[in-house]
Amino acid sequence: MNDTGQTATPSCGSCCTKLVRVGVKLGNNPVLEDINLHLHCGQLTAIVGPNGAGKSTLLRTILGEVPHSGHVHFLDSGKKRPDKPFIGYVPQRLEFDPSAPLTVADLFGASLQKRPAWMGLAKDQRKIVGEALNAAGAGHLLDSKLGQLSGGELQRVMLALALTPLPDLLLLDEPVSGVDMAGVDAFYEMVSQLRKRYHLSIILVTHDLAAVAGFADRMIFLNKKIIAQGSPAQVLGHPLVQQIFGRLKPELKQGVPEAAESVPHHCIACELEAKP
Amino acid sequence: MMSFWQQMIGLLPFEWAKFAFMQNALLAALLASLLLGVLGTMVISRQMAFFSDAIGHAALTGVAIGALLGLGDPLWAMLVFSALLALSFSFLRQRTKASSDTVIGLIMSFAVALGIVILSRRGGFNRYSQYLIGDILSVGPADIVKLLVLLLAVAGFWFFYFNQIMLLSLSPSLAKSRRVNTGLAEAAFSVMTALVVTVAIQWVGLLVINALLILPAASARNLAGNMRQYLWLSAGFGLAAALTGLIASYYWATASGATMVLTAMGFYLLTLVLRKK
Repeated sequence: MNDTGQTATPSCGSCCTKLVRVGVKLGNNPVLEDINLHLHCGQLTAIVGPNGAGKSTLLRTILGEVPHSGHVHFLDSGKKRPDKPFIGYVPQRLEFDPSAPLTVADLFGASLQKRPAWMGLAKDQRKIVGEALNAAGAGHLLDSKLGQLSGGELQRVMLALALTPLPDLLLLDEPVSGVDMAGVDAFYEMVSQLRKRYHLSIILVTHDLAAVAGFADRMIFLNKKIIAQGSPAQVLGHPLVQQIFGRLKPELKQGVPEAAESVPHHCIACELEAKP
Repeated sequence: MMSFWQQMIGLLPFEWAKFAFMQNALLAALLASLLLGVLGTMVISRQMAFFSDAIGHAALTGVAIGALLGLGDPLWAMLVFSALLALSFSFLRQRTKASSDTVIGLIMSFAVALGIVILSRRGGFNRYSQYLIGDILSVGPADIVKLLVLLLAVAGFWFFYFNQIMLLSLSPSLAKSRRVNTGLAEAAFSVMTALVVTVAIQWVGLLVINALLILPAASARNLAGNMRQYLWLSAGFGLAAALTGLIASYYWATASGATMVLTAMGFYLLTLVLRKK
């Protein structure tokens, strides 16, 4: 085993994700223009913006699903450029009807195993999946049909799936749509813990600025272009953001950490990258 | 192997079991319904019922192209045409999400009309009416070999690609995050479905083929609690519908394909009643 450097680099996979002048067009209409982003591990970046701002498209671009201009780079802590980092993804919604004969175990089976889902989960996999679900507070749901789960339960299952195996980068697309207010806070709290425990790089897309403000390290306000970025407080205070979303009520702003930007950050990959 | 099958069936104490054409037809019907029942599970999950219907109807143009080329058996022309059509449909589905139904409908109408126009020149359409209602009693050993080859291909495909297609049906982005080559999986599944539908058409008939693809899986959905049950129940309902339908058509002297669809519908209604509330 090669353990050198393990102490200097905690368990971070994709230490930086860099988007350089990324643009996406749908026909002749620009959906995203000139997106320059630099995301670090151990950070929860919230991408906010109105409907149709290109938030989901940005995630799908990072997933490699959308043809785009510019570059998307992934750098791990050894300055290597893994072409294809493992990305955990929690979709906004799944296409299935409530009667679909599809259980949580089937979903994990199809995602983790070589053998087809209709042959069921292998015993050793069942154990792994059970642990992953337990960690997300969804251990009892293994043999439930997806159609029988509540919005919150489904999101916990999808989060557990996205974290198995542990990804380099975690993308969450409107993860709390269809989840009640109490569930939203609990979900964000869980995601927030993940970032610390695994030193994960997390991107969370939402149109609900207020709910996420207390949990995010960085916020990016997107409306086809990057309108504002910085700490949640900076972004929420930005005049253009206030113009689009209206001034957020003071009580909501109380939970916003003012000093998020000053969190000490040390990214080996970026420093190595900076040197010629 | 054929002779073994014929001896086995010939032992059954029924009138129909004594005829070679019924023995062949039964084997073909069982193989075809198994193929359709298995593929039908993901055709429904992928919401492709209209796609497969269009592929079936458009096969008429394949027949017409075969006739224009002067081929005695238009099967190869039909297969190539269906595969190309399936590829273009799957391209459309990926590119234009909302309006693909309209486009598929347009292309289907065009293909059916073109097929009828070409085949009806000088009033010769009657020769081709077997493609509309199918003729399973004309199945020969060579046809059964074709079905067996397809069955092997689908079994292999179902082993290696099932997971990818299932993820794709839930969310293309989720599939992508799981390293699925979404374009390839989508195209391969479309072509596989098109080939099976096209081969089965000459025996089941293009007017009703889609029912044998959709009904067994729809019946299975009413009862199944997971993917394993879904697949086996769908295959089982397909086999049961083919068996009962073919035998019923013998005694009623009706078109076998359509009779199988009626029995498949019967099974579907039964599952609706049995479905747990």
